[in-house]
Amino acid sequence: MRLNYPGTIRVVRVPCTGKVDVLHILRAFEKGADGVYIVGCLEGDCRFENGNLRARKRVEQAGEILKAIGIGGDRVKMYNLSSGEGTKFAEFAVEMTEKIKELGPNPLKKAKEKMAA
Amino acid sequence: MIVADKKPIEEIIDMVKDFKKLLIVGCNECVTVCEAGGKKEVGILASALRMYFMNEGKKVDIDEITLERQCDHEYLEELRNNIDQYDAVLSLACGVGVQFMAEKYFGTPVFPGVNTCFMGVTEERGVWSERCQGCGQCMLGKTAGICPISRCAKRLLNGPCGGSTKGKCEINKDLDCAWQLIIDRLKELGRLDDYEEIIPIKDWSTERAGGPRKVVREDVRL
Ligand code: SF4
Ligand code: SF4
Repeated sequence: MRLNYPGTIRVVRVPCTGKVDVLHILRAFEKGADGVYIVGCLEGDCRFENGNLRARKRVEQAGEILKAIGIGGDRVKMYNLSSGEGTKFAEFAVEMTEKIKELGPNPLKKAKEKMAA
Repeated sequence: MIVADKKPIEEIIDMVKDFKKLLIVGCNECVTVCEAGGKKEVGILASALRMYFMNEGKKVDIDEITLERQCDHEYLEELRNNIDQYDAVLSLACGVGVQFMAEKYFGTPVFPGVNTCFMGVTEERGVWSERCQGCGQCMLGKTAGICPISRCAKRLLNGPCGGSTKGKCEINKDLDCAWQLIIDRLKELGRLDDYEEIIPIKDWSTERAGGPRKVVREDVRL
């Protein structure tokens, strides 16, 4: 299966989405990411029982923080699929990219430029 | 342990918004266990504040450190050589740590980063509940190991009251009646005779009602 997905996405592999912490998500934004999404296994199918459920909670927490500090809570999202669903992986990538295009770039980029000027 | 809860980030921003160099100090003890003020929470808060200030176009330097404890001189002393670099400290320790920091570093503004709630247990991940109010004269030996001071809404010493219904307290149907718990456990232990004994009026002077308290132990003083 050779599927294309937007080349702007940088994939970070983790052994289980349960490994992803709120801090990892925030750091990505601090470093200038426009959006972050986590793709985990289907809920109920986690090899480690609740890794993907933890990930969902952390995504929610990160979203709340990003909202509170004015970066925007919609820039982070949790997706789930089974390992056989490559087409879905590509679909999620497209969906998220569209969403981020709509929201525009990470506001910190502009702020950084302004401060440097 | 001492259980604390996170403060809303908006409230924290409001406290520290006028400073240019900020130190966020976590504590490795109770607040780490209750996931409110440990190294991880320090990191998250620091990252969030950095982004907030940058987005506002403000240049604010934020450093992070997590001490073993903030309620003992020796650990707080670790900040001695660097504290003057900072305009303010945001402490994620319980109120005890925040105050000890303020006492020690008199010229540095110190702000609390958590809400300190009570002395309690981890019932399950993410659920903490109160168990002790430090009354200064523990009576758990008479009450089957269940504390009526912290767990009975009326702090009754000879309960239950008339509001106890189906094992629940009248103030909240999800709250166990402490006295029901006491009776159940005494029954289980075959010690219901203890229940027949009237507990005399408690000397509340050792509790917070008697003013700020202090323990002085000549046997261990240097
Ligand atoms: S009786 Fe007093 S010291 Fe003992 S657990 Fe209750 S509040 Fe704490
Ligand atoms: S119902 Fe039980 S726990 Fe609640 S106030 Fe009465 S005796 Fe105390």
